[in-house]
Amino acid sequence: MSSIVKVNFLTKQFNQFTAVNDLSFSVEKGDVYGFLGQNGAGKSTTIRMMLTLITPTNGQIEIFGYDLYKHRRDILQQIGAVIEKPDVYKYLSAYDNLQLFARLSGVKPTRQIIMDQLEMVGLADRANDTVKTFSQGMKQRLGIAIALVHNPSLIMLDEPTNGLDPQGIADIRNLILQLSRDRKKTVIVSSHLLNEIEQIATRILIIDKGHKLVEGTAAALFDTTQTIVQIDTTNNEQAVQQLELSSWKTNLKPMRDGHILIQLDQQDIPHLNQFLVNHQIGVLSLQPRHSLEDYFLQITAGKQHVGTFTN
Amino acid sequence: MWVHLRIELYKIFRKPRTYLAFAAITALIVIIQIGLYVDGKEYTEFVMADFANSFAVDGKILNGYFICYVILQLLLIHVPLLIALIAADMISGEANMGTLRLLLTKPQSRTAIVTAKFLASVIYTLLLLVWIAILGLFVSTMIFGTDDLFIMKSSYVVIVKESDVFWRYTGAFCFAALAMITVASLGFFLSFFAENSIGPIVATMSVIIVCTILSTMNIPIFNVIKPYLFTTHMITWKEFFDFKVNDANEAIVGSIQYPERIIHSSIVLLIHILGFAGGAILLFRKKDILS
Repeated sequence: MSSIVKVNFLTKQFNQFTAVNDLSFSVEKGDVYGFLGQNGAGKSTTIRMMLTLITPTNGQIEIFGYDLYKHRRDILQQIGAVIEKPDVYKYLSAYDNLQLFARLSGVKPTRQIIMDQLEMVGLADRANDTVKTFSQGMKQRLGIAIALVHNPSLIMLDEPTNGLDPQGIADIRNLILQLSRDRKKTVIVSSHLLNEIEQIATRILIIDKGHKLVEGTAAALFDTTQTIVQIDTTNNEQAVQQLELSSWKTNLKPMRDGHILIQLDQQDIPHLNQFLVNHQIGVLSLQPRHSLEDYFLQITAGKQHVGTFTN
Repeated sequence: MWVHLRIELYKIFRKPRTYLAFAAITALIVIIQIGLYVDGKEYTEFVMADFANSFAVDGKILNGYFICYVILQLLLIHVPLLIALIAADMISGEANMGTLRLLLTKPQSRTAIVTAKFLASVIYTLLLLVWIAILGLFVSTMIFGTDDLFIMKSSYVVIVKESDVFWRYTGAFCFAALAMITVASLGFFLSFFAENSIGPIVATMSVIIVCTILSTMNIPIFNVIKPYLFTTHMITWKEFFDFKVNDANEAIVGSIQYPERIIHSSIVLLIHILGFAGGAILLFRKKDILS
């Protein structure tokens, strides 16, 4: 596999605040590369540096084998991007926006090409309507059409599902999968939603406070048997007391919002249930949690910032 | 660059706000024309009151050239606001809309993008002035006819021969264009620092108001900075209507009394334009796009 993107020791400081700190990663050709982190983790800053919107304080970015800042225009010619909200000119129609940005991307598309792009994102019937009449989901799809109109080989989507309803989120997810599978595009997609990335990414990078936490294939990352389980019982206080007196003590995490959290192998979940029932504690619910926050708890337990998962 | 410029102009002229300025100018000029058409005689009698006993006027004072002079005097104070509406929105408006970041992910040089934006605001400014010239000069001469131009100064009257007027208006409009481009470049420069349109528009007008006050106040402490303020030089277009006289105290056709003032003011305004536009372009090249 050849690396399309190589980021080495990337750092960005805003006065005293370090948004991205010594970040290194690479993206292979054909990847759907999930870029995960909580809000403020440094995802958008990193993506903006990869699009030359923000100048790094330190570090190098190579895309398609060339230094980004020395070959900016040639590289950007092959990149399509949607950064956070897909803001376009509201007083222009979808067709006019697409045509305008295509020109700026260095291509002069025919009407047919523009209509094909709009068809692909389901906006062909609204081609001549001004964007101010569009819903957030429609704007997002138009943003993706704009990102694709010049047929780039690398697509960067920064929080593409922000503000979308469940159907909109599913549409974007399917579109990304389609781009990867059918059009053989390399896609970098950032999100703070683990389940979103989990469903589409082939490789994942998780960052926190500008640092790399883990990078690796999605399969390796999610193959871990260790799970955070949230327990609610008829008497949580008593349940915690009993767990602390038992061998489960080492697995206990601090309680959050009144829920008991415990990290364990999935196969131990029935044993935990049995343990609680044996101590006359009624189990109301016992469910594995799958949020990014919980995942952070899991991977940061006894671990410092950098880690790599491999298959 | 040409593609960028066309795109920027396309964007400007697809915005409804753009036409507000043209509509406002049209309304103002039409109001002045109607007012002077209806009550022009009283108006000229009023302004000529101090000179009525000194000499008799043979000819038509209230002609198209006179109307245009009145319009220029009134409008060139207010046109900066209309120019600021567009020029101060060029960068900040895109930052506010969120389109700036999308624009800058395209394979175009930042210098080309920002230069095209500046040139587009210059073209918009020029078109506004052309519109003023069409309505103020050509339409006025069609309605009111032509004759010698009477200009009432505080203590004297300037009479410019009809045959000697048109080129003076050409010069005055060219100079006014330079002055208004200075306003446009100030608005453009300020639009770099904000992520909403209102801030730079208000800031542009505030700078103009403060500088105009400083330019017109006759206080010694401010006299030191007056020559460097662009507002001091914005009214130099009037110099085109002062001419030299010969030994017989007759006007020399085609002459300007103080051409060096026009040259000096033009240089000062050009320096301001280069400073504001150049500053915006240089800063924009290094700007982190966080919007």
